[in-house]
Amino acid sequence: MTLPVAVVIAVSFAYLGVLFAIAWYGDRRARQGRSIISSPWVYALSIAVYCTAWTYFGSVGRASVEGVWFLPIYLGPMLAMILAWVVIRKMVRIAKTYRITSVADFIASRYGKSPLIAGLVTLITVVGIVPYIALQLKAISAGFGLLTGPSDPTLTETPLHWWQDSTLYMALALAGFIILFGTRHLDMTERHEGMVAAIAFESIVKLVAFLAVGIFVTYGMFNGLGDLFGRAMNDPAMQQLLRFDHGATPHLYSQWFALILLAMLSVLFLPRQFQVMVVENVDERHLKRAAWVFPLYLFLINLFVLPIAIAGLIHFGPGQANPDLFVLSLPLAEGARWLALFVFIGGLSAATGMVIVESIAVSTMICNDLVMPALLKTRRFRGRSGGDLTRLLKSIRRLAIVGLLLLGYLYFYLAGEAYALVSIGLISFAAVAQFAPAALGGMYWKGATGAGVLAGLLVGFGLWIWTLMLPSIAKSGWMATDFLEHGPFGLSLLKPEQLLGLSGLDPITHSLFWSLFGNIAAFVAVSLYTRASAREASQALLFVDVFDRRGGSEPVFWQGQARVDDLVNLSERLLGRDAARRLFQEHARDIGVASIDAIPADARLVQRVETRLAGAIGSASARVMVASAVDEEPLEIDDVMRILEEASQLRAYSQALEDKSRSLERATEELKTANQQLKSLDRLKDDFMSSVTHELRTPLTSIRALTEMMRDDPDMPAAQRQEFLTIIVTESERLSRLVGQVLDLARIEAGHAEWHNSDVDLYAIVKQAMASISSRFEEKGAALELCGDSRLAPLRADADRLVQVMLNLLSNALKVIPAGSGQVVVDLQENSDGVTVTVSDNGPGISKAEQAEVFDKFRQVGDRDQHREGTGLGLPISRQIIEHFGGRMWVESEPGQGATFGFQLPRNQQPVTGKPA
Amino acid sequence: MTKKILIADDEPNIVISLEYLMKREGFEVLVARDGAEALQMIEADPPDLVLLDAMMPKKTGFEVLQAIRPTHPGLKIIMLTAKGRDTDLEKGRALGADDYVIKPFSTRELVERVRQLLDQSGAETET
Amino acid sequence: MKRGRSSRLIALFFLGWLLFSFPLLALWDRDLELFGLPLFPVGLFALWAGLIIVLALLMERGDP
Repeated sequence: MTLPVAVVIAVSFAYLGVLFAIAWYGDRRARQGRSIISSPWVYALSIAVYCTAWTYFGSVGRASVEGVWFLPIYLGPMLAMILAWVVIRKMVRIAKTYRITSVADFIASRYGKSPLIAGLVTLITVVGIVPYIALQLKAISAGFGLLTGPSDPTLTETPLHWWQDSTLYMALALAGFIILFGTRHLDMTERHEGMVAAIAFESIVKLVAFLAVGIFVTYGMFNGLGDLFGRAMNDPAMQQLLRFDHGATPHLYSQWFALILLAMLSVLFLPRQFQVMVVENVDERHLKRAAWVFPLYLFLINLFVLPIAIAGLIHFGPGQANPDLFVLSLPLAEGARWLALFVFIGGLSAATGMVIVESIAVSTMICNDLVMPALLKTRRFRGRSGGDLTRLLKSIRRLAIVGLLLLGYLYFYLAGEAYALVSIGLISFAAVAQFAPAALGGMYWKGATGAGVLAGLLVGFGLWIWTLMLPSIAKSGWMATDFLEHGPFGLSLLKPEQLLGLSGLDPITHSLFWSLFGNIAAFVAVSLYTRASAREASQALLFVDVFDRRGGSEPVFWQGQARVDDLVNLSERLLGRDAARRLFQEHARDIGVASIDAIPADARLVQRVETRLAGAIGSASARVMVASAVDEEPLEIDDVMRILEEASQLRAYSQALEDKSRSLERATEELKTANQQLKSLDRLKDDFMSSVTHELRTPLTSIRALTEMMRDDPDMPAAQRQEFLTIIVTESERLSRLVGQVLDLARIEAGHAEWHNSDVDLYAIVKQAMASISSRFEEKGAALELCGDSRLAPLRADADRLVQVMLNLLSNALKVIPAGSGQVVVDLQENSDGVTVTVSDNGPGISKAEQAEVFDKFRQVGDRDQHREGTGLGLPISRQIIEHFGGRMWVESEPGQGATFGFQLPRNQQPVTGKPA
Repeated sequence: MTKKILIADDEPNIVISLEYLMKREGFEVLVARDGAEALQMIEADPPDLVLLDAMMPKKTGFEVLQAIRPTHPGLKIIMLTAKGRDTDLEKGRALGADDYVIKPFSTRELVERVRQLLDQSGAETET
Repeated sequence: MKRGRSSRLIALFFLGWLLFSFPLLALWDRDLELFGLPLFPVGLFALWAGLIIVLALLMERGDP
C-alpha cells in the first residue's frame, strides 16, 4: 500500500508553499508595524520547534525499545520552563538590550565581545548540530521511502551512488527554500517575524497530525488505551516498557537524571531554541503564558507515543518493522493512505521547522562569529572606507545555509544508518550542553572570565569529541574501533566510553558527566585564577545587573574621539543607507536635537551605533568595526569603575529626582485637598456671616425706621409713639440676645468656652428649668408635665449649660404648641449607657425635610410668627453643648403629631474638646 | 389718584414700620406676609409698586420677582434685603428689579426712591 | 510581588525535580493498574499535568 511519488512530492511542495506564504505575509505585516506574532500563543507555538522529527518519529521508536524512557527529553523542558520567568526573562532582557543575535553572540558579548569565544562557540555548534540536521534528513528520507517505496524493505538496502540519492536533492531543495525564506531581508536585523509565524503554523500541523494518527491507532485499530495497555501488561516483553526499571544498566537513576538535565540545558541553548525564545521574543511578558503553554504542548504531543509504540509492536511483531516509522507504517498497513500522507506532512513540518530555524540561526552565527571576524582581519574590510557590506553578509549566510545542509547530508550518508534517530539527537544535545556553564555562569557570576570560558569550552568540547563523537563515527564503521575497546595505544584508562575506568553508564550519561564536569571545573578554576579585562568586567556588570538598569542611566563603557560622519558611513556599509538613516534620526529624536548634523559624537552615540550593528553582524564583529572607525582610548579597569560610579550617581540622582517629584505630587495632592476643605470652610463661614448679618440687620431695620419716623414726625400721637417704643425695646432685646448667642456659639466651636463641671443631678436640673419657664406656660394655658426616673446617678457636667439646653428645648416647645390646649411632656430615662431626656409637644410637628435642617444655624422652621423671639441659634448651641459631653441630640416627629426633641448623655462621658465647625 | 403700594415682608415689626411710613406719605398700602401671598395679591389686583423682601418663607422675593416680571413689565419693584451681598444685588437686577434697598434703610431715602419710581411710571403712562 | 513569584517558581522547580527523581519516582514504579492502565506511565503523565496546572496558576495570576 503506497502513494505515487509525484503525489507525495507535489503535496510536500504545496505545503512548503503555504509556509512560504505565511512567512511572506508575516514579514509584510512586520514591516507595516502590525506584527502577527505579537501574541503569547504564537510565541509558545514557535518554541515548540523543540519537537522535531526526533519527537515525531524517534520518540515512538525509542518507546518501543525503552518504554517510558522517551520522556525525560520532555520533562527537562518542563522543569526548565518553570524557571522561564526567572532565567529566560533575564536572557531576553539582555538580548534585547544589547541586540544579541545568537547564543554564540550572547556568550562572546558577555566575555568582552571576544571574537575568539564567538568563533569557538560557533565551531562547537556547527560540529554538534550537524548530526541533528542529519537526523531530520534521515527521518524525511525514510518516511518518504516508506510512503512511496516498494513494501519490500530489502530493496531500499541497495547501495546508491550519492548523485542518485533523493535525500541529497531534498537537502538542496530545503537549502534553497531556507535561503528564500530567511535571508530575503534588505534590512540586516537579528529578527525574522515571518519565519516565526511559519514555525508557529508548523507546530500546529505537527501536533494535529500526531494526535490524528494517535487517535486513529488507539481507537481505530484497537479498542482504546485500556485495550492496548491491557495487552502490553499481559506480554512479559512489553511489560518492561511500562516500567522505569527495565534492568538494563545499574545506574538507571543517573541516566534518568542526565537525560532530564541534558534536555533542560538544550531547550535553553540549542541555537534554534535560543533564536525563537530569546532573539525573536517580541515582548518579555509573553513568557508568562508560554512558560506553561509550551510544556502543555509537549504533554499533548507525547500522549500517544506509548500507545503507538505498543500498537506497532503488537501489529507488526517485535523486530519486523522500523519502529521509528510506526506512525506511518501503522496507518499504511490499515490502508489509510491519506492519513499516512497527512502524518508524513506532519513529520515534514517537524523536520523542516527544525532545519529552517536551526540553519538560519547557525548561518547567522557562522557569518557573524566565524567569517566576519576573519574578514575583518584583512585591511580591505576595516577602516573608514569601503563599500556596502550588506550584500556580502547575505551571501555569506546563504553559503553557510547550503554548507550546513550539505554537511548534514554528509553525516547522514556516512553515519546515518548506524544510529536510531534519538541517539543522533542526543549527541547534539550533549554538545550544546557545553554552553551552559559559560552562559548561565555569565548571567549570574560577575567573576566569570573569558579565559575561564575558553578553558571550559575547550575541555568540555574535547571530552565530548573523545567520549561521544569519535565513538559514534567509529561505530558507523568509518574508523577502526580498536581505541573503543582497548583505549588509545592500549591505555585502557583512556577508553572513550569508560574514561578513567568509569563503567556502567550508558555512553550519553558517561559523556555528559565527563564533559560537563571538565567544562565546569576548568571554567571555575581558570576564572578564579585570572583577572577580567576592563571590557570583560564592564560586560559582566551589564549582563548580571541587567534588571537594575532603567532608561538613560545605564553606564556607557567607551571613551575616545569619534566623528559622526565616520559612524554614519560605517552604518551605511553594514545596514544599508535607509536603515542607517533611520538609526541616526531616531537617535537625534531621542536626545532631543533637530537633525542628524546636530548629534554630538559622544560615547552614547558610539554605544548606540555599536549596539545596532551588533544586531546585524554580532557584538564581537560590531566591536571590531566600531573600533576601526573611531579613535578609541583603551578602557582600563579604573575607567570601568569610574564610568560605573558616574552611572550609579546618575541613577541615584534620577532616583532622587523621581522620589522628589513623587513627594511633590503627594504634597500637591494634599494641598489641593486642604484647599478644598478651606474653601468649603470658607463658604460655611461666608454663609454664617451672611446669616448673622441678616439676623442683626432685621431688628435694626425696625429700630431705625421707627426712630426716624418718630424724629421726623413730632406730632405723632402719644399712643402711636408708645407702641413704636415698645417695638423698639423688643427688637433691641432680640439684638442683644442674638449677639450673646453668636458669641457663645463662636466660643464653644472654637473651644474657648468655659465649662464649670461638677457632679450634677439631671433630675434637679430639669426641675429647675421647668420651674423657671412654668409661668410662661401658664400664660399660654399649656400643661407641662415631668415623668420617668427621678432618682438618677450623678453625671459629670456643667449644670448651667444643661439648664440652658433644657430652657431652649422647653421654649421651642412653648412656641409651637397651640394656645389653650398646649401640652408638653418631659421624660427622663436612665439605663446602663446614661440618661435620656425627651421633650414632647403637641404642636404641628416637623416634616422630614425640615428635621434634617433643624439643628443648622439660623434655620428656623415653622411659621415666622412663632419664633420671632428665636434667633435660630438655640438648637445648634444646645447640640454643641450635649456633644461636648459626649452625648447626642435628635428630633423625632410626624407632621400633625407633634415633635419630640431628645438628648442622651453618657455616664462616663469623655468631654469632647471644641472643634471648629 | 392715590398710588397703591404692596409691602411684602415676613417680619411683623418691619411691616408695621413700612406701613406707617407709606401711609404717612399718602399711599394706599397692602400687606403680604410671605412670597406666595404677595404673588397672589399682585395677580389679583396689581399695585403700582411693590416693596419686596428678598428672604421670605414659602417663596423668596427673587422667586416672586421672577414670576411676575414677564407678566407685569410696568410694575415698579424695590427689593429689600438684609444680606447686602453683591451677588444678591446683581441677582435682583438681573431678574428685573427697579431698585434695591439694603436694610436697615433710611426712611427718607426710601420715600425718595419710591416717589422717583412712581413719578417715572406716571410720566411713562402720560406719554 | 515579583520577588514572591520568583521564589514560588524556584520552589516549584525543586519540587518538580524531586518528583521526577529517585527516590520519589521509585515509590510507584510497580506492576499496578489504575483503571486498567499501567500505574507508572499514567503517574508520570499525571505529575506532569499537575506541574503544568500549578505553573499556569502561578504565571497567570496577577500582574508582575
